[in-house]
Amino acid sequence: MLEGTADNNMGGTGYAEDEEMSDRIKIRKNSGYAAAFRAAFPHTIPVLTGYLFIGMAFGVMIQEKGYNFLWAMLMSLFCYAGSGQYLAVNFFVPGVSFLQMIFMEFMVNIRHIFYGLSLLERFSKMGKKRWYMIFSLTDETYSLLYITKTPEGVDESKFLFALAALDQSYWILGSGIGALLGEWLPFDGTGIDFAMTALFVVILVEQWMEEKNRPYELIGLGCGLLCLLIFGAENFILPTMLLMMTVLLSGKRFFMEEKEEERHAD
Amino acid sequence: MQISVFRSLAIIAVVAGTIFFTRLFPFLFFPPGKEIPPMVQYLGKVLPPAVIGMLVIYCLKEVQLTAYPYGIPEAVSVLAVVLLHLWKRNNLLSIGAGTVLYMFLVQAVFTA
Repeated sequence: MLEGTADNNMGGTGYAEDEEMSDRIKIRKNSGYAAAFRAAFPHTIPVLTGYLFIGMAFGVMIQEKGYNFLWAMLMSLFCYAGSGQYLAVNFFVPGVSFLQMIFMEFMVNIRHIFYGLSLLERFSKMGKKRWYMIFSLTDETYSLLYITKTPEGVDESKFLFALAALDQSYWILGSGIGALLGEWLPFDGTGIDFAMTALFVVILVEQWMEEKNRPYELIGLGCGLLCLLIFGAENFILPTMLLMMTVLLSGKRFFMEEKEEERHAD
Repeated sequence: MQISVFRSLAIIAVVAGTIFFTRLFPFLFFPPGKEIPPMVQYLGKVLPPAVIGMLVIYCLKEVQLTAYPYGIPEAVSVLAVVLLHLWKRNNLLSIGAGTVLYMFLVQAVFTA
């Protein structure tokens, strides 16, 4: 990328023959955002699938409350959360207080409090874009940011921004389509939200293939299951996060040693 | 719509603000330039794969193993997603086919 910029700055004098071809390469190298979005797109395809489906499910639900596709898309633009928006559908009736809404939304999204911990450094280099990155830190984008490495020759902060922005565009699109579908051709969308489960199962399998992730995935599965059994479906996420951190922190030495060994083995 | 447009907009604003706050939280504690304690750095590294495990459980939290249909549609569909993904390693196929299979199971096979 740097090379391309330098080339371009020198101007177009003297290289007449291959000017046209190299220009095309330069354009590709220099158009930072276009290149970033082009590089990011293939990585977002799993989220594309998942978000179109679960976005549609949200659209169908909010449409049933009497809100058209513009409302659905408006909400997906400003709120942007899967389970958070599903929950919010229930607020559009008389008698729910704002305090209640804040409390319920906070509890449903409490896991997001911990996500930023993994991204403090990466986001701090992103200037003003970091505000959008923080806003758009959904489960799916978080997982994607974690498993995706910035390709060579692409500006990292533009690449991460492209991943996040593409994800949200699918979500907005999906919710709009869902609301329109729900209005025009009523169909039974029961079970469509399984797309979210399938998406995380796919990510789990992908990560499982990298051996170093396995103990942590097992800790997540184990703590989640244990806390679900003890605290029930409504309240188990916060205890799970706390238990996971306790296990990870108390096992820090063990896990770090294991990593060291791996490095030696390499 | 059972409530006014103004109240609807206010609800969206409140929900958006609350969700944004949960995501902003750690960044308030560790603004750019402030040194991040090694413990937090370590957590930042190992938490993501653990969170994925938790999220799978989170998605399946409503499954009732002791009552009809005993979580069979979920178990079958998750297994299908895993096997399909190990076999073809194609995200679109795994998610799409898994979802359609699940919808078919809950709508046509395991009807209440």
